Amino acid sequence: MAWMALFFIVPFYSVAAVAFGQVDPIRQSAVPEWNPRYWDFTLFTDVMHRVVNGDLGTVFIRTALYVVLAVAGCVVVGYPVAYFVSREAGKWRAALLVLMILPYWVSYLMRMLAWVNLLQPQGWMAQLLSHLPAGNRNWLSGQPITVVFGLVYGYVPFFILPLYATLDRIDGRLLEAARDLGATSRQAFWRVTLPLSRQGLMAACVITALPMVGDYYTNNLLSASPRTEMVGNQIVFFLQQTTQPQVGASLVLMLSAALLVVMAGYLVSVNRAQKLVTR
Amino acid sequence: MKRKPRLLASFTALYVLWSMLPVAIAVLFSFNSGRSRSTWQGFSLRWYWGDPFSSVWHDDSLLRALRNSLVLAALTILVATPLGVGLALGLTRWRGKPARVANGILLLPLVTPELVVGTALFLVVTNSYSFLDLGRPAQLVGHVTFSLSYVVIVVRGRLLSIGPDLEEAARDLGASPFQAVRMVIVPLLTPAIFASAVLVFATSIDDFVASSLLSSGAGSETVPVKIYGSVRGGATPALNALATIMLSASMLALVVVFAIMRVMRRRQGDTNAGENSLKELASW
Repeated sequence: MAWMALFFIVPFYSVAAVAFGQVDPIRQSAVPEWNPRYWDFTLFTDVMHRVVNGDLGTVFIRTALYVVLAVAGCVVVGYPVAYFVSREAGKWRAALLVLMILPYWVSYLMRMLAWVNLLQPQGWMAQLLSHLPAGNRNWLSGQPITVVFGLVYGYVPFFILPLYATLDRIDGRLLEAARDLGATSRQAFWRVTLPLSRQGLMAACVITALPMVGDYYTNNLLSASPRTEMVGNQIVFFLQQTTQPQVGASLVLMLSAALLVVMAGYLVSVNRAQKLVTR
Repeated sequence: MKRKPRLLASFTALYVLWSMLPVAIAVLFSFNSGRSRSTWQGFSLRWYWGDPFSSVWHDDSLLRALRNSLVLAALTILVATPLGVGLALGLTRWRGKPARVANGILLLPLVTPELVVGTALFLVVTNSYSFLDLGRPAQLVGHVTFSLSYVVIVVRGRLLSIGPDLEEAARDLGASPFQAVRMVIVPLLTPAIFASAVLVFATSIDDFVASSLLSSGAGSETVPVKIYGSVRGGATPALNALATIMLSASMLALVVVFAIMRVMRRRQGDTNAGENSLKELASW
């Protein structure tokens, strides 16, 4: 436990200390302030202003947009697959399950490397796409669609597995009962399967959305252009390439606060749902 | 009667193809005989060791990345596994509010974006933990911090299925608390400990964010950091070869974990051990 305290709690605190700390007047570098009583919020509010109505605001909005689109993409791709494997796959089930788990264990960077190779101007996929109308462009430079596509490709395995676990637990007899009571298979899906899997669907969305928010490498690998920059890119930029890590630290704090709100909302809704079930 | 869900089946088949094919092509290109990562020019092992300058075997920076990844993963296993097992043992005994808080803290790294954890560690290492250097020590700390949660989850799951009865029996027969744990619980936990060690290995070699933020330049680059750094440049298929080597390591780890879990289930008399282990793998 001491390990977690030393390397998880304290570092978290230090983010706050740096964000609210002083700037060394001579070296212009950040000096963390450990005592909350002397915290200086000017820089933080400054960054806050830039987020609310300035250059950083667009980055936050863009991040939210990409993440929402990518999660939607995960739902569209992932739900049918998870549904099929859990309900209809029959004798193929074990094999398909292996194929669902495999990408989970392939290094993320390896999978991105694969797409960079395919989408390079000489790559097979880029060649294929160039036959389409408007398909002849540099797919690896500032194309939002490539970034969202990359996010979907990267995170969909993390989406399918938890959803599969939920769908798998749904009692097949409930569906039979619905059919016996005269529901068509479509009705049975919309009125039994989907409501019963809503918890798992939400969990899967949260599980994929959280890391996506902090993702900067997908973006850098597939686009590397300021036009598609996300919050993660900004944080890493301020942290590594400037002498203002405190700006990065402030951004981290805001991001965590936003995520905390989302998580809290999610937990409250789960709690409410569970109370409904047990009542 | 029921129709065959052709549409869904073909959609799933397409998904599998889509998820696997790009990686398969990347592996294929590691055997390309030309310098290109996107135009096929024939089969060769040139980029593994044939090429005297830029094959994985002869290029120092690639070889170093490989070595860094493996050493880091080994160290992470050595630190995280015993720590996690101890933590799991402690947490199952510990009751009340502090235990719940501890539990919550343990799960936090799983739901926090890695970037946030990485930034936090980066700032604390550069500002106040002067006993830690950027590079391997800091990377080790980062990897242990998030793999710890996995170890605890796996080991605790196993502990709960063992239950308190056996340990109490050992105590009744005169074992000290320490003896009871050492002679009864630890042997029963061995498969779970192995499985979690392999899991730690796999997460460590795949990790990019922590390795990258906490590295200290070229000397401590791991394979994912190396890939990230050179993929957009004019890198040769040696990069694919490097990635393929790591891929084989992860796949090997997956097979080992699966085998261990199947044995564990067989011993418990599970008749459908194979599929149930798969399901458990899927639930992490």
